Amino acid sequence: MREAATPAQRLRRVLLTVGPGAFWLVLFVLIPTLIVLVVSLMSRGSLGQPVPPFGLHNYVRFFSDPLFLEIIGRSLWIGLWSTLLVILLGYPLAFYIAQSRYKEVLLLLVVIPFFTNFLIRVYAWIVVFQKEGLLNAFITAFGLPPAELLPSTLAVYVATVYTYLPFFVLPLYAAVERIDWSLLEAAYDLGARPVRAFFEAIFPQTLPGLLAGFLLVFIPAVGTFVIADLLGGGKVTLVGNLIQLQFGSAQNWAFGSAASMVLMAMVLLGLWLYARTQGERGLDRLV
Amino acid sequence: MLFRGKRERKLGDSVAVQLEGVTKRFGDVRAVDNVSLEVRDGEFFSLLGPSGCGKTTLLRMIAGFETPDEGRILIGGKDMTDVPPYLRPVNTVFQSYALFPHMNVEQNIAFGLRMKRMPKEEIARRVAWALELVNLSGFEKRRPDQMSGGQRQRVALARALVNEPEVLLLDEPLSALDLKLRQELRVDLMNLQERLGITFIFVTHDQEEALVMSDRIAVMNRGRIEQLGPTEEIYELPKTAFVARFIGDSNLIPAKAIEPRKVRTSLGDFVLDDDDALIPGQEVLLSIRPEKIRLFRERPSLPNVFRAKVDDIIYTGSENLYILLADGQRLMCETLNHDIQEPGHEEFDYDEEVWVALTPEKLVVIQEEGHA
Repeated sequence: MREAATPAQRLRRVLLTVGPGAFWLVLFVLIPTLIVLVVSLMSRGSLGQPVPPFGLHNYVRFFSDPLFLEIIGRSLWIGLWSTLLVILLGYPLAFYIAQSRYKEVLLLLVVIPFFTNFLIRVYAWIVVFQKEGLLNAFITAFGLPPAELLPSTLAVYVATVYTYLPFFVLPLYAAVERIDWSLLEAAYDLGARPVRAFFEAIFPQTLPGLLAGFLLVFIPAVGTFVIADLLGGGKVTLVGNLIQLQFGSAQNWAFGSAASMVLMAMVLLGLWLYARTQGERGLDRLV
Repeated sequence: MLFRGKRERKLGDSVAVQLEGVTKRFGDVRAVDNVSLEVRDGEFFSLLGPSGCGKTTLLRMIAGFETPDEGRILIGGKDMTDVPPYLRPVNTVFQSYALFPHMNVEQNIAFGLRMKRMPKEEIARRVAWALELVNLSGFEKRRPDQMSGGQRQRVALARALVNEPEVLLLDEPLSALDLKLRQELRVDLMNLQERLGITFIFVTHDQEEALVMSDRIAVMNRGRIEQLGPTEEIYELPKTAFVARFIGDSNLIPAKAIEPRKVRTSLGDFVLDDDDALIPGQEVLLSIRPEKIRLFRERPSLPNVFRAKVDDIIYTGSENLYILLADGQRLMCETLNHDIQEPGHEEFDYDEEVWVALTPEKLVVIQEEGHA
């Protein structure tokens, strides 16, 4: 038996274990977020820098201008559809990998894109989609006229789905690996036909992985600006592009900060809804 | 030990499950090798054997999870060989219970009825009946991970029985439980089976479990049925050395027939009381259960008597187990520890020379080709 620790010892233990992590989070997450929050409540100075007076005017502007609401709406719309496409492709893929004899190799293939810089991978899609690109070379080989694929919403979708597919496949794969397949037999035994048996016995077991993967894809897909910038041209403006623009050429840090806070609020709302459906264990599963 | 076969049990004449030459191969291994058997209506039938003997594969073929490579499976007289599990009139209690973790007890039990699209009120009525049956009323809203092993086992039982299957398949349902609970549930299962009159096919590697509960037992080894018969017969008249060794303890003595009902062994010549006459010169094995061997201090005037030395005594409380040595052969002899000192019931000490008597009626002749 160990003797009970004195309060000083306990404090030291807490600081040594939780301390470094907490320090990191405070320094690089909490403080920057608070800075952004404060800046979002300030006004634009003559050089674009944030200056007093403080107020909610940036938020009022954001929510009163239909243009910004449209941008938010489009971001959510494209993010949602991209995520659904990712699920449609990734869900069967995770099952296929989990039961494959070559699952180590297949998992490596899923992860391999991370070895290359994200920006370079998006540029690679330009090579595919541009007028004299690979896709058009393929199309014209059949005697069809070349398609105008760049810039287009289609290209944004394709690249978004491509980019975020691994973020969905990996957590789902972890869930599929842990599936108790005897439950499928139990469902058959009790009279469930194959499709029904899958949805009654197997699908619920993948739900934590599915929801975790959904959020890991949806959150960055809504906030992305590089893909829309490079493949959507000026045609597709997302909330990420808006924020970038405000901090860049529009020179309005205060308004850009407000847009950032709105995006973050939407993401937190999503997390909160997830945690609610999953009960107390929901957030544990996500991590 | 209590034998169910000794109780009056009226079984139907109709056949619940019939297997005809069923074979299942996994690669080069014949997991089940040309098995034919009939399970009667309302019977408590056990498939007994060591792990890897094919008993679970056989059960899974009856359930429909595996398709036999050869042979036919008939359930209730209908050929079900290629019928998928969800269309068979059988239900299974799985070894690991396989309860749905995302459903509570009530939802688990209702699952089969829901698949049959039964009206809600009818489902509720039957689920309540099934919970009552396994003594779990009040546990409706519990989730499987909030229950003990024994309770989960009973939920699995209720989930299967609520569908009123023609045959209930039980795959080592008690093996994950501790001894005390296992013994209680044995009695519960027997009573339940008797009350409902449903045919039970029970897979186990525990010979005592099979002996206590079954009407008939099929002892399996290496994919084949070694012996099939009423419980008492399996114990009293083992037909193969494997059965004699696997069911309870047995003394096996190599012997050679010298007359139709007389054999020669290294311990002496023994007379037999067996229905089947032997051909002189035939090599056989004699099997006798430890509790059927009688020991005497003075030479009794009985047939089949020889000298042996007490090599070891194992005291088990209710019994004394003597390990005897006679002509280099070890024999086990079990006597009740009831403190009566009379011929045939005396207590002996280490290294004592004793007289051993093998009653002719209790000597079982095992005639086996090849592997003995």
